[in-house]
Amino acid sequence: MIHSLPAVLASLVPLRASNAFWLPEEGTAAAGQVDWLFNLILGISVFFFALIAVLTIYFLLRYRRRQGIEAGQPPTHHTWLEITWTVIPTIIVIVIFYFGFTGYMDMKIAPENALEIQVTGQKWQWLFSYPNGHVDPDLHVPVDQPVKLIMTSEDVIHGFFIPDFRQKMDVVPGRYSTVWFNVTRPGKHIIFCTQYCGRGHSDMSAWVVVHPPGEYEKWLTEAGDELSKLPPAAAGEKLYLTRGCKQCHTIDGGASTGPSFLGMFGRSEAMKDGSKLTVDENYIREAIIDPQAKVVAGYQPVMPTYKGKLKDNEITVIIEYLKTLKR
Amino acid sequence: MNTVSSPVPPAAAEPGHAPSYLQDGHGIKSWIMTLDHKRIGVLYLISILAAMFLGGLFAMLIRTELLTPAKTVMEAETYNRVFTLHGAIMIFLFIIPGIPAALGNFVLPLMLGARDVAFPRLNRLSWHLYVIGALFAVYSLIHGGADTGWTFYTPYSTTTTSAVVPITFGAFILGFSSILTGLNFIVTIHRFRPPGMGWFRMPLFLWALYATAIIQVLATPVLGITLLLLIVERVLGVGIFDPTLGGDPVLFQHFFWFYSHPAVYIMILPAMGVISELVSTFSRKHIFGYKAIAYSSVAIAFLSFLVWGHHMFVSGQSPMANMIFSALTFSVAIPSAVKVFNWVATMYKGSIKMDAPMTYTVAFILLFGIGGLTGLFLGALATDVHLHDTYFVVAHFHYTMMGGVLMAFMGGLHYWWPKIFGRMYNEKLANIASLMIVVGFNITFLSQFIMGSLGMPRRYYNYRPEFASYHQWSTAGAFLQAIGFILVAVYLIHSLRRGRLAPANPWGSATLEWRCASPPPTENFATQPTAGDPYDLKPLVFDPKLGGFTYRAESAEGVA
Ligand code: HEM
Ligand SMILES: [Cu+2]
Repeated sequence: MIHSLPAVLASLVPLRASNAFWLPEEGTAAAGQVDWLFNLILGISVFFFALIAVLTIYFLLRYRRRQGIEAGQPPTHHTWLEITWTVIPTIIVIVIFYFGFTGYMDMKIAPENALEIQVTGQKWQWLFSYPNGHVDPDLHVPVDQPVKLIMTSEDVIHGFFIPDFRQKMDVVPGRYSTVWFNVTRPGKHIIFCTQYCGRGHSDMSAWVVVHPPGEYEKWLTEAGDELSKLPPAAAGEKLYLTRGCKQCHTIDGGASTGPSFLGMFGRSEAMKDGSKLTVDENYIREAIIDPQAKVVAGYQPVMPTYKGKLKDNEITVIIEYLKTLKR
Repeated sequence: MNTVSSPVPPAAAEPGHAPSYLQDGHGIKSWIMTLDHKRIGVLYLISILAAMFLGGLFAMLIRTELLTPAKTVMEAETYNRVFTLHGAIMIFLFIIPGIPAALGNFVLPLMLGARDVAFPRLNRLSWHLYVIGALFAVYSLIHGGADTGWTFYTPYSTTTTSAVVPITFGAFILGFSSILTGLNFIVTIHRFRPPGMGWFRMPLFLWALYATAIIQVLATPVLGITLLLLIVERVLGVGIFDPTLGGDPVLFQHFFWFYSHPAVYIMILPAMGVISELVSTFSRKHIFGYKAIAYSSVAIAFLSFLVWGHHMFVSGQSPMANMIFSALTFSVAIPSAVKVFNWVATMYKGSIKMDAPMTYTVAFILLFGIGGLTGLFLGALATDVHLHDTYFVVAHFHYTMMGGVLMAFMGGLHYWWPKIFGRMYNEKLANIASLMIVVGFNITFLSQFIMGSLGMPRRYYNYRPEFASYHQWSTAGAFLQAIGFILVAVYLIHSLRRGRLAPANPWGSATLEWRCASPPPTENFATQPTAGDPYDLKPLVFDPKLGGFTYRAESAEGVA
C-alpha cells in the first residue's frame, strides 16, 4: 500500500463528512483521497468566495451613492496590502498543486502484482478481454485486488471513466493507455465514455462488476465455457449482442449505421463499386475480417475490422445465427 | 505615485457642432465600405449580436433536448450538430471578437483622443473577413452542419461524414480577422497616444486590449495552420493526425490548445479591462492598484502561452508534462485573483451607483470569482482526472466565459451605448433584465457543477435518470435567461428612437471618449486632447441641466 501524505492527512482531518451531495460513492481508497482534496479546495473556494461576496455587498450598501456625499479619497494603492494578497494565494495554490500531484501519482502507478485486463473501445461499446481469452461487454474484477486496464481504441478517441473510482483515461487509437484501481467492496459501478465519439457516445456505457473473494475465478471459467455449451445459433446471437455488432446492425429490418441483418443471408446486394453479389458464408467472413474490401452501396466504410478479435469458430457461429434471421 | 495634478481638461465638445458619425453618409454602401472606426465598430456590434442570437438559439435547443433523459425533440445526430454549432458560433463569432472588435473598435481611438485606428483599411478588411468566415459557418449549417464539437478533435473530425471542411475553413478565415484587428490595435496604441498619456497613464481597458492583441497576433496563426492541416488531411488524405494514415491524434490536441488556451485570455482580458473602467466610474473612485492591474494583464498574456497542456491531463500526456502544466496553470490563477481584489478595493469608500453597467460589473466579479475558483479543482491533477470532460468543466467555462466575458460585454454595452448611439435606455428595465439574466445564469450552471462532480459526462444526448432533476433545473434557468435577453433587446432597440438624448458624459468618467459629443462627430476631436489621470474623477460634477457630468467650473477654463 502506498502511504502518501494526503492519505495520512485525510485520516486526520474530518473533511469527508458527507459527500453524497457533491460526489458519487467512493468505490476505492484512492477515491477517498481525491474527495479529500476536492473538499479541501471546496473549503478554500467557499472561504474566498464568501470573502469577496461579503465585502462587495457590504460596500454596495455602505457606500451607495447619496445626495451631497462625495466618495472618500483613500490611497489608490497600498504596497503591503497588495503584496499580502498576492503572497497568500500563491502559498495556497502551491499547497493545492502539491496534493493534486501526489494524489495523481498514487493513482497513476500500478502495483507490480496487478491483474491485467485488456480494454477495447469502439463505436459505441466497450469490450473487455480476460486472461483466458474470454471477451465480455462488462468489466468483471475481484475485490481487494489491484486491477490494471490496458486500453486501446479501434476507431476514434474514447474516454474511459468510472465516476465511483474517480478514474479517467482517454483511449486512443494506435496506442495503449492504462488505468488501475483496487476496489474495496463487492458491488456494481457504472463506466461512461467521456470523449465525444459520435451518435452513440452517450450510450457507450458498461458496468464494473466487483466479485466477492473467490467468485471472480468461478465467473471467469463459466463465462469462458459459455459459448461452447450453447447451440451454434444461440452462441452466435450472444456474440451479436455482446461484441458490438448490435450497435450498427438491426435484426428487425430497421435502418442504422450498417445494413440490417434481417433476411440478409442469401440476399443479392449492390456494392459501392457497382458490382453485385449474393450474401454467403465467404462474403460474411470477409465482411467481418476485412470490412472495407467490399462496402454495400449507400453505407459509409466505417466498420472496424474484427481480425484477431473474433476466432474462426466464433465467426462460424455468427454465420449460423445470421442464417436464422429470415424474413 | 506621482502627485502632479492632471492637466486641465478642455470643456466637453458642444453638441450639434459637427454632424455625428451616424448622420455622416447614408445608405448601405456608406456603412459596409466605411473606413470610420466607429461605423466599423457598429457593424461588428450588429454582426456579433446576430451571432449571439444564433448561438443562443442553439443553446435553447440543447437545453430543450436535455429536459428528459431520452429523446425529447430531436435525434442524436441533430443534437450533436446543435451543440457543435452552439460552441463554434459562441466562441469564434461572439466571445473572441465581442469586446475587442465591437466595443474596442469604437472606443480605442476615442480613448486615445485620436481620429481613427492606425490602419483604417485593414480595419475594414478585418470586418469583411469576419463576415466571410461567418458565411462559411452558415454554409456548413445549410449543408447539414458539423458534428465534431467546437474542439474538432481528430480522428473523429477527419473521419466523420458531416460538413467539417466549411466550418473549419470559416474558423481559419476568422483567425485572420482576429490577427489583423490585433495588429491594428498594437500599432495604434504605440503611435497614437495623446500628449500626457504615458504607458502608465493609459486607461486599463487599453492595457487589456494591448495584451489581448499580442496574444491574437502570436497565437492565432497556430490555429490557422492546425485547421489547415485538418483540411489537408480530410481532403487529400495526408496522414497527420489520423493513426490509420500514420498520424498522431494527440498532436492535434496540442496544436489546438496551444491556440485555444491563450484564446480564453483573448476573451477574458478585454473583459477585465472593461470591468476596471466600470468599477472606478460607478464608485466615483480612482481605480485601486493601477500598476498591479496593468502588469497582471501582461503577466496573464505571457503565462497563457504556457498552460495549454492542462486540457490534456488524461490524454496520455506523460505524468512529468502533467506536473509542469499543473504548476504553470496555478501561476495564472494569481494575477486573476489580484485583479479581483483590486476591483473590490476600488469600491471601498466609494459613492456607488447601481446603474446597469455596475450591476453587470458586480455580477462579473462574483461569477468570474466562481469561475476562477473552480479552475483550482481543474488545475489540480487528482481532482481534474475525475472532473475532466464532465459537466463540471462545462459549468467552469460558462462561469468564466458567460459569467465573466458576457457580463463584462453587457456592462460595456450599456456603458458605451449612450456614446455609440447618443440615446439613453430605460434604466429600470435594464436592471430587471440584468437580474433575470444573473439569477437564470446561476440556476443553469450551478446545477451543472453538481451533476458534473457526480459524474455526468459532457456532450451526452441521453443520460441516466438520476441526473434528470439537475438537467431540468438547468433548462429552467436557461429559459429565464432567454427572457432576460429578449427584454434587453426590446429596451435597447426602443431606446434607439425613443430614448432620452444622451449627454456627452452620462456616468462621470475621466477617459477621453467622454469628452466628445454623444454620438461623436466623424473626426472625433477637433484637436487631439491632452490626457490626464484617467481615474481622477474628483473634478467631474453632475449637472442636472445636462443630465450628465461636466468638469467643475474652477478646474476648467472656458466653461460657462
Ligand atoms: C483562475 C483561472 C483559471 C484556471 C486555473 C483554469 C483552469 C482550467 C483547466 C485546468 C481546464 C481544463 C479542465 C479539463 O478539461 O479537464 C479549464 C478548462 C476550460 N477553461 Fe479554464 N481556468 C481558468 C480561467 C478560465 C478563463 C478566464 C476562461 C475563459 C474566459 C476559461 C475557459 C475555459 C474553457 C473554455 C475550458 C474548456 C474548454 C473545453 O474543453 O471545451 N478558464 N480551465
Ligand atoms: Cu485552458
